[in-house]
Amino acid sequence: MSIDTETAARVAKLARIKVEPEDLPALASEFNAILGFIEQLGELDVDAVEPMTSVTPMRLKRRADVVTDGDQQARVLANAPDAREGFFAVPKVVE
Amino acid sequence: MSDLNALTIAGARDALRKGETNSVELTTACLSAIEGADALGAFVHKTPEIALDRAAAADARLAAGDAPDMCGIPVGIKDLFCTEGVASQAGSKILEGFKPQYESTVSGQLRDAGAVMLGKLNMDEFAMGSSNETSVYGNAVNPWRAGNSDAALTPGGSSGGSAAAVAADLCLAATGTDTGGSIRQPAAFTGTVGLKPTYGRCSRWGIVAFASSLDQAGPMTKTVRDAAIMGAAMMGHDPRDSTSADRPVPDFEAMLTGDIRRKVIGIPKEYRMEGMPQEIEALWSRGAEMLRDAGAELRDISLPHTKYALPAYYVVAPAEASSNLARYDGVRFGYRADMAQGDGITEMYEKTRAEGFGAEVKRRVMIGTYVLSAGFYDAYYNRARKVRALIKRDFEDVFAAGIDSILTPATPSAAFELGKEVADPVEMYLNDVFTVTVNLAGLPGVAVPAGLDKAGLPLGLQLIGRPWEEGDLLNTAYALEQAAGFVAKPAKWW
Repeated sequence: MSIDTETAARVAKLARIKVEPEDLPALASEFNAILGFIEQLGELDVDAVEPMTSVTPMRLKRRADVVTDGDQQARVLANAPDAREGFFAVPKVVE
Repeated sequence: MSDLNALTIAGARDALRKGETNSVELTTACLSAIEGADALGAFVHKTPEIALDRAAAADARLAAGDAPDMCGIPVGIKDLFCTEGVASQAGSKILEGFKPQYESTVSGQLRDAGAVMLGKLNMDEFAMGSSNETSVYGNAVNPWRAGNSDAALTPGGSSGGSAAAVAADLCLAATGTDTGGSIRQPAAFTGTVGLKPTYGRCSRWGIVAFASSLDQAGPMTKTVRDAAIMGAAMMGHDPRDSTSADRPVPDFEAMLTGDIRRKVIGIPKEYRMEGMPQEIEALWSRGAEMLRDAGAELRDISLPHTKYALPAYYVVAPAEASSNLARYDGVRFGYRADMAQGDGITEMYEKTRAEGFGAEVKRRVMIGTYVLSAGFYDAYYNRARKVRALIKRDFEDVFAAGIDSILTPATPSAAFELGKEVADPVEMYLNDVFTVTVNLAGLPGVAVPAGLDKAGLPLGLQLIGRPWEEGDLLNTAYALEQAAGFVAKPAKWW
């Protein structure tokens, strides 16, 4: 499978990472090198294998469905690049 | 006492209890070693005030009696751990200015045991790298040099700052994290001991996430005994990490008898790679002989899916990273890009992430995005998860056949020159060829310094253990350490 610059641009968009058009050919070629390395996985017959879902077999713990934390607005906002009136501030969102 | 910073944890613990020194003295010695070692690029955020406060508190606790083993021990903390009120950037520009409002469970356990934090340690950005060259802070440098050369060598990665700091005696020990080899490879490159515990032993809560199903914290120390002491202090169940194991943590140090008679050590044939340097091959054979001479039985084993571990890792890890790193959006913490007139929220995300992430992180996030995208999810991500199941089964089979631990080289080479391998990402990935299987299978692994190469650089061997049996694994590592008698130290040039 080979990735062209159009696919590289789509992946960058999906990942929300701005890539300048002149950088796309180099990016596509890096993707192809890495994917070429990954292609080896195709050599194995894995039809009868269940995908691994948990590293160590264990049942996830349950706890009572109650509030255990909260009321920390100032601490939550303490590291925000832009916080105003108790909210995270972002540029105007116009769809 | 002279050179307090050169002490081991065990040595300092005993000296503290005999009244031969105190934590303030130990801490002061480390702080002055750190001040003189900027050329190593190991400590990237220094916290001398916190250190001296904690040292004084530790001395009071020691005087009152019954203090834990780690009480008063000066350590460095990898920048990946969130530390309350202290910069925690994961080596990335995108977390510039981030000062967590909370403490990670692991660093919190160390703090509560009385350990003294000296500062934060350099690392590859988001722990993605094998040479510490992707860090926003610049390179960490290996205190070891080859022969008479003054070329700067990598301390390995991603826990490069931790390894350099321990090897150069800037601290008694350090925390590391290991997603594909990030504790064991730098330990091997610097002549130190690095333990990656079984997945689930150490809580991941408050550690900046890279690949959640692979990440595991562990100790980086001067000796196996120290790894046993510090490892036990870092482990334990944490309700805030759903994958944290609710099982007791044994007294690993008490298990260090050095008696490995009747233990069965597996030597996997698939780890004998084409093009492997003769010195690594010879070291591996010598290590096996040492274990045999100590009374263990050697057995040739096969782990048939080994060659697929790296390709599987380079699907699973980027996939999880692309998801974990989606949170860096310039809204809640860290860096936000300057915006142009008319830019909306999408432009803010895209510019912030383009400027805030380095090249390797961007590459992996995008590869992860690709393998998870519609149409490719089955071909790449699901297939890699199936191959991962096969790799895990390889290990289960040999353990079921009676193997207690597995001996392999830790790395395919000694430390290489900074700047040499950056150009080719896939070439760089091969550094993890012997360590990555252990993360995929969730097993414990430890790197032990076992010799020097022709140029006088340290080489390490890796032991892999059964899940949850770090005590037995460390005891075998202890026997290997005793037999190898590695005592070399880097000559101070910094």
